Amino acid sequence: MSRVAVVRFPGSNCETETLQAIERAGGAGVLLDYRETSLGGAEAVVLPGGFSYGDYLRSGAIARFAPVMQAIQAHAAAGGAVVGICNGFQMLCEAHLLPGALLRNAQQRFVSRPVDVRIERRTTVCTTAYVDGEIIRIPVAHGEGRYTADPAVLQELEVEGRVMMRYVRVPGSDADHNPNGSAADIAGICNAAGTVIGFMPHPERLADATLGSDAGHRIFSSLMQHLALGAAA
Amino acid sequence: MTHRVHVRVIPRTGLLDPQGQAVEHALGALGFAGVSKVRIGKAIELAIEASSPRAAEDQVRRMCEQLLANPVTEDFVIEVERA
Repeated sequence: MSRVAVVRFPGSNCETETLQAIERAGGAGVLLDYRETSLGGAEAVVLPGGFSYGDYLRSGAIARFAPVMQAIQAHAAAGGAVVGICNGFQMLCEAHLLPGALLRNAQQRFVSRPVDVRIERRTTVCTTAYVDGEIIRIPVAHGEGRYTADPAVLQELEVEGRVMMRYVRVPGSDADHNPNGSAADIAGICNAAGTVIGFMPHPERLADATLGSDAGHRIFSSLMQHLALGAAA
Repeated sequence: MTHRVHVRVIPRTGLLDPQGQAVEHALGALGFAGVSKVRIGKAIELAIEASSPRAAEDQVRRMCEQLLANPVTEDFVIEVERA
């Protein structure tokens, strides 16, 4: 069974659901303290949502210097899977593992509601179980999710197919499809190899059919599949 | 010697600053006419041991580049107090 570390920082608050979603997808979730200096044999790392260090200075700016981040940098550099959800995405940008930054929502309010996102890229460590272009409805909950990058970086992301998840308007939906004013409706991006992923929505909050939908489950089952293939190779 | 340093971190020009926009609107509603280009950032004060004001500024610039400001979205201004 593949071991997946979920890192808890002071102020993380989505680690329990994330661990449960990993277990439900057949993985062994391991809670990892931010003071650890190794991944303890985990094959993948998830940086969960929350408000690490109270979002002081900028979201994710302080977490970037936590001891565990060096091990995560090394893991990412070696081609290992690293997934950042919400605050985790903010950390990956601050740590320069992903380009750009996440700014205060354009409407200046915390937004907590379901959004429709399209899976724009299947060839990542956590989207292979979706159909290309599939639209799923999962929740967002953030105050700072407005993705921004230099025009050249935005163009590079598009050209290289690194926008892996995008907010889309679904017919009949009354809410504004883009919940935060994100550039190009970007909800999530990845590195060129599709191994380092960051996105704002919370698939772990809708990964159990008991809750009415398990639209987010395949993020985690894709990750398990990826790790299983790696183990077999 | 100890130098007192003031750092201003301001959202980069051209980037949408919704806080600045909201405050600009509120100022107009209060009757302050002709206000424009309101941008809201952060002010950081610190004291630092350094051999000269120049050395203090160099160190704080490195702090800004690595932590205090986000180079993607923010500009910064450093002022070292004259002793």
